Amino acid sequence: MANQVLDVKGLNCPLPILRAKKALKDMPAGATLQVLATDPGAVKDFEAFCRTTGNELLESTVDGKVYSFVIRRTA
Amino acid sequence: MPEDIKPNAKRMSMIVTKGTLDWAYPPFILATTAAAMGLEVTMFFTFYGLTLLKKKLDLEISTLGNPAMKMPMMGMHMVMPNLISTVPGADAVATAMMKNLIKRKGVASIEELRQAAIEAEVKMIACQMTMDLFEYTMDDMIEGPVLGGAATYIETATKSEINLFI
Repeated sequence: MANQVLDVKGLNCPLPILRAKKALKDMPAGATLQVLATDPGAVKDFEAFCRTTGNELLESTVDGKVYSFVIRRTA
Repeated sequence: MPEDIKPNAKRMSMIVTKGTLDWAYPPFILATTAAAMGLEVTMFFTFYGLTLLKKKLDLEISTLGNPAMKMPMMGMHMVMPNLISTVPGADAVATAMMKNLIKRKGVASIEELRQAAIEAEVKMIACQMTMDLFEYTMDDMIEGPVLGGAATYIETATKSEINLFI
């Protein structure tokens, strides 16, 4: 289980990334954030976001129309 | 404002020249996303782009000179021929349609993205020459932007990895 869950279902680019960044900023290093999204573009976007910021993408899964990303704050 | 808040950050600069509702999106989407990814972002607002800094945004779509514009309507995509723009109120109708779509599809409003850019400490420069040309004062604008000119932009651009003209 992630330390915190962020529900951005129904929101479109770039809101899932912006909301995730906002949530991560207030979390301690090492904490994990699960993001739930319905934007299919978020798959590539969270990979790119994590590569660029240095945060760790632990998990990227899909269940029906809902994408789930688990990110560990390292940066 | 300190010159280097994030000394090791990569930088992106943008010249923002357009002030219609649709063209307001690319600069604010890219600025907020880049800032979220740790870049130091500067936006230079000039000509019609300057309207995006006004306190009260009243942005519209223009159906003129927008040949690829097709709006989803009743399960189809309706073309907006240039001729439509001669019909009084056509732009208002297109704007209302676009705003409705924006809300329905979970797309952020420009106000929301602009606020996010401010919160992410995106630097905004208002073009002094355009302010003068269109007779705006800083009182017409939101808090935050600083006045500058081409040299201010060029200095930023020479230090940026990404420079965009939108």
